[in-house]
Amino acid sequence: MKKYELIEHTSDIGLLAYGKTLAEAFANAAGGMFSIIAELDNVKEAESRRVEISADDVEGLLFEWLNSLLYYFDVETLLFSGFEIMEFGDNRMVAECRGEKCDPSRHRLKTGVKSATYHMLEVDRQQNRVRVIFDI
Amino acid sequence: MPKWEGKLEKVDEFRWRIPKSYKKGMRVDGLIYADEGMVRQIIDDQAPEQVANVAFLPGIVGSSLAMPDIHWGYGFAIGGVAAMRVSDGVISPGGVGFDINCGVRIMRTNLTREEVAPGIKELIDALFYAVPSGLGSKGKIKLSSREIDEVLVRGSRWAVEKGYGRPEDLETTEERGEMKGADPQRVSQRAKERGIPQLGTLGSGNHFVEVAVVDEIYEPDIARAMGMDRVGQVMLYVHCGSRGLGHQVADDYIKEMVRAMQKYGIEVPDRQLACAPVDSPEGKSYLAAMRCAANYAWANRQCITYGVREAFCRVMGMKESEAGLQLIYDVTHNIAKIEDHEVDGKKEKLCVHRKGATRAFPPGHPDIPQKYANIGQPILIPGDMGRASYVLAGTEQAMKETFGSTCHGAGRMQSRSAMKKQFSGREVLSALEARGITVRAGSMSGLAEEAPEAYKDVESVVNVAHGAGISKKVARTRPIAVVKG
Repeated sequence: MKKYELIEHTSDIGLLAYGKTLAEAFANAAGGMFSIIAELDNVKEAESRRVEISADDVEGLLFEWLNSLLYYFDVETLLFSGFEIMEFGDNRMVAECRGEKCDPSRHRLKTGVKSATYHMLEVDRQQNRVRVIFDI
Repeated sequence: MPKWEGKLEKVDEFRWRIPKSYKKGMRVDGLIYADEGMVRQIIDDQAPEQVANVAFLPGIVGSSLAMPDIHWGYGFAIGGVAAMRVSDGVISPGGVGFDINCGVRIMRTNLTREEVAPGIKELIDALFYAVPSGLGSKGKIKLSSREIDEVLVRGSRWAVEKGYGRPEDLETTEERGEMKGADPQRVSQRAKERGIPQLGTLGSGNHFVEVAVVDEIYEPDIARAMGMDRVGQVMLYVHCGSRGLGHQVADDYIKEMVRAMQKYGIEVPDRQLACAPVDSPEGKSYLAAMRCAANYAWANRQCITYGVREAFCRVMGMKESEAGLQLIYDVTHNIAKIEDHEVDGKKEKLCVHRKGATRAFPPGHPDIPQKYANIGQPILIPGDMGRASYVLAGTEQAMKETFGSTCHGAGRMQSRSAMKKQFSGREVLSALEARGITVRAGSMSGLAEEAPEAYKDVESVVNVAHGAGISKKVARTRPIAVVKG
């Protein structure tokens, strides 16, 4: 099963992420976002961060989840490649995110992501699919 | 994305109206500045729908405007301008965008192409090392958690007092690089943490430092007043914004606005347009935080300017005064501002959102520098890496029609992935070299995404702004070397 696919957008980039569960679709959306930022093949799972998110609804949860990971990239230059969702509900999730500090001599960096946006953001519970457009 | 099939009426050669009857809930018309050829391309994606959606926002006056570089954004179209009454209108963080006070500045030099060209490779390398750029880059400036608050309140003035520039740089920066009403207590700890390591960095995407040459002057008197004396003169551009700090402020307040909309009973067709009354606690908090991010961006461009000047003088082997590195102007193109404008013959306080649009104030306006009182505000329109950029001046017509606003750049027309399918970074690099443009880029795939072919021709964009009278062409420059983030 495909984990995610990128969506064409004139100035930015979007993605559709899939999963057997909605939690898995959230994890795959995060993986898709970091694959826009860098080639993830040689990102080792050397460090991990426990990320706790709460929001008013499930769309807010997706927005906050992805943007929180961008915060770790900005502040600690952490590239995440593995995501384990430990708890997942409409208003709250807890995840273990694994990756390593970005090293331009080893990691091939691609495109900076400024933020996930609410534009066309969609959480489809029937199909366990999410859609998000990033500001690049 | 499907073609847009909404209602669009031709007003004249440069103006196209989306009547408010197009969609139930539009409070005003949409108005797009474009020529016939551009319109065909504009309706290829959903940008006009976004212009219509912005017309839903409470308190909007005039029309929901789109400048000629309009393209599909998120929430607002890029190139969008919307003015809301402060008394009963809203402010929307989505109408400013994530890169708060993304902007551009231009410095003049005393040198000509002939003097700079022989050492251009050395110069671009020096600029590349002087200005940290690309993903994950950290600045050389070490800020304490106390100092970040000073940056947020005092912007460019903080930088100048620290030695990163001269007092006269402040005179020629929009808002003097220090927007009043900034309150660091309204900025989250997360935003500050993102901002601390990144001051003085360019970032990635479409941000750049460029060495350019004046290649045509349309208004010699105005150009001279700005310090652009002759064809062949070398200019330096810096384009970047508020980095992660601005992105976090936008994230934080979009979330807050989603909540506020329920509280105030506001409905919008796209959650990215989340908003609150300008005069509400939420609206005021956002404005105070947005101004902090704007000041951070001005301090950022000022610190980068210091690096650029230092590298330029070192490579050229001259003192700053000999090189004549004066800042002509610095404009912001992602901002919301409280301004006085005339609405139906009455002066009114408005909250003007410019999302990928530049202020274009006319001669005599009190908010432009004294030295430009007779010529109007300088407006900087960077094009793509391969073609040209323009310097324009503000006009009275812009005050009448667009709340003193005009375009901000070339505007994208092809997606990043489409570019990467067509070209590799290496191909873009050698095509630019063949045109006499030296490039240093942090990322080759980033370079492919920013290929000149991704953009509209900035000339056609500027010709519409000039033709419609919302700004006046002053001079054109061409790149000779570019540092790409």
